[in-house]
Amino acid sequence: MHLPKHFTKVLVISLVLLCICLLASLVLGSRLVILDDLIAGLFYPEIESYEASVVRERIPRTVFSLFCGAALGISGALMQSVTRNPIADPSILGVNTGAALFVVCGIAFLNISTAAQYIWLAIAGAMITAIFVYGIGSMGRAGATPLKLVLAGAATSAALSSLVSAIMLSRSYVMDQFRFWQVGSVGSANWSDILTFLPFLVIGIGLAIMSASALNALALGDEVAIGQGVRTGTLRIVAAFAGVILCGAATALAGPIAFVGLLATHVMRLLLGPDLRFVIPMSAISGAIILTISDVSGRLIGSPGELEAGVVTAFIGAPLLIVLAIKMKVRSL
Amino acid sequence: MNNTNLITVIKDGRRQRRRRWIIVNALLVVIACILCVAMLMLGSTIYPVQDVIRSLMGESHNGVSFAVNTIRLPRMVAGLFAGLAFGIAGNTFQTMLRNPLANPDILGITAGSSVAALFCILILHTSNIAVSIASVVAGLITAVLIFIFSKGKTFSVGRLILVGIGMQAMLSALISYLLMVGAQEDIPTALRWLSGSLNGAQLPTLLPLIITVLLCAPIVIVLGKHLSILELGEQSATSLGLNTNMTRLLLILSSVFMIAIATSATGPIAFVAFLSGPIAKRLVGVGYSNVIPAGLVGVNLVLAADLIGQFAFEVRYPVGIITGLLGAPYLLYLLIRMNRKGSL
Repeated sequence: MHLPKHFTKVLVISLVLLCICLLASLVLGSRLVILDDLIAGLFYPEIESYEASVVRERIPRTVFSLFCGAALGISGALMQSVTRNPIADPSILGVNTGAALFVVCGIAFLNISTAAQYIWLAIAGAMITAIFVYGIGSMGRAGATPLKLVLAGAATSAALSSLVSAIMLSRSYVMDQFRFWQVGSVGSANWSDILTFLPFLVIGIGLAIMSASALNALALGDEVAIGQGVRTGTLRIVAAFAGVILCGAATALAGPIAFVGLLATHVMRLLLGPDLRFVIPMSAISGAIILTISDVSGRLIGSPGELEAGVVTAFIGAPLLIVLAIKMKVRSL
Repeated sequence: MNNTNLITVIKDGRRQRRRRWIIVNALLVVIACILCVAMLMLGSTIYPVQDVIRSLMGESHNGVSFAVNTIRLPRMVAGLFAGLAFGIAGNTFQTMLRNPLANPDILGITAGSSVAALFCILILHTSNIAVSIASVVAGLITAVLIFIFSKGKTFSVGRLILVGIGMQAMLSALISYLLMVGAQEDIPTALRWLSGSLNGAQLPTLLPLIITVLLCAPIVIVLGKHLSILELGEQSATSLGLNTNMTRLLLILSSVFMIAIATSATGPIAFVAFLSGPIAKRLVGVGYSNVIPAGLVGVNLVLAADLIGQFAFEVRYPVGIITGLLGAPYLLYLLIRMNRKGSL
């Protein structure tokens, strides 16, 4: 296997960065914790100080932001390569809104309120929306061009969100639950959420890594891939399935967090080149870094309260989308 | 076919299109009038026409004049002018950018207005007037930013749409955040505003909207002829002797003003700006200016949707929910048709 040019360097640096982020996530916040308390909180459960319990409180959200970021990063990489479209991201393709609609219906009509129930609804919503958006976006002669996919995503999003508000408006209890979910935050995670999330994460990552080298062939075009013996139909379904369960599960628990997938994948592509066998796993690391940084900086900016991670990522990611749009040779209409 | 024959055929065709245009517009006006009267008559108590007319003339008489003059008339006027503004401005965007999807809803201009309005409602707790001013300013700023970012060397609608969607994403994150930090008792107001509603309209606060529409709509109507030339494309327009930059600037400015002010008065009534143009075009066909019919379709859409929202269900829905539910399938249908034809 031929390693990309700076692979070891990038790997080491991003792992170090990831560790720093995780530490920062434990230490920083509206209350700053010093090193002694950190060690006490992590390794000496018998010590009962306020700071130590702050650290213990922050452990689940840190672990969750690590997992959730990884899931979103990989999901972005998968969606970009399946659609062969540099600006694919669960939020841009409208998949998040699909998940949101199903969750709202669940809250309103089925009376659900636990994460384990959210997760199936969100995945179902994400899946149906993804198929729908891709179906619309790939109609016509030129196939699924970036612009068509993005428009299909935006239009579907707009359509679904008017359904969401129609359901919510006459039911204020739904609005009360929903508005806290909708902003996208890792702050309220607990261990049982993480345990619910874990199987989806493992399955998604497994499928993603297995399909990576076939996706490399797909990047050269369908004909080349078929020539190399790749069953493109099956590959697309498997990879898209993995991408959708990853982002659906993350969205169910954290709420819609936009642009992590877009950012994570683009950074890694820029550093490592196009080989997906490296880009996919590394996108997991960069996704985790991005989400954790967003969470921590949201805590610092919003102190004494907090600015939710979903808001921060939108503000980092949307400019990137704009830059990509400016650079890209969009076919003039 | 000899020359004179050809000329009569062309003349006939033009006469037919002209007749169709006039008939369609007249019909739209008639329907709009019926809807206006219905808005005044219907409510928790139904008043006959003569009572409505009498109370509009200023004769006060047991409760009728309060219900009609203070509640239903402002509601009707708000719907009327907002519909005109959304319809005309939306059609201008769509025609000028030669893409029905390029409308203020998708480009994020309404989202910009919404953020500012929500900030005023939820955080600053300001009066209605401050909400209006803030949302107008924010809508204008958003529009300017989108155009600056998407300028590039040559103008590309695709890029404009992508940049708009990017802005939209950022702004909707802000909207979610504002909804989350807002106090629970303010949320229903905010949500109602956000989905577009004619509730609580009062004549004095509608004044800016009325004045803007009366000023800007004629500009767009006069320039409407140029609009159909712009539709042929940048190069054809220039070679036909049109000062494209100047025309475009005037048209954009008046449209954005109308959109922003209408949004500030009623909230973003979903999809009216997007639907009016294509519907009007279907009705009048090609060849004649689409501006006036689009405005009339906008009026009819808003008034009809408001009546449906008020009376068709057990719960009263604001007008934007109804237009959203009606418009969303059409948006998707349009997208599918455009993709099939390969015009994207």
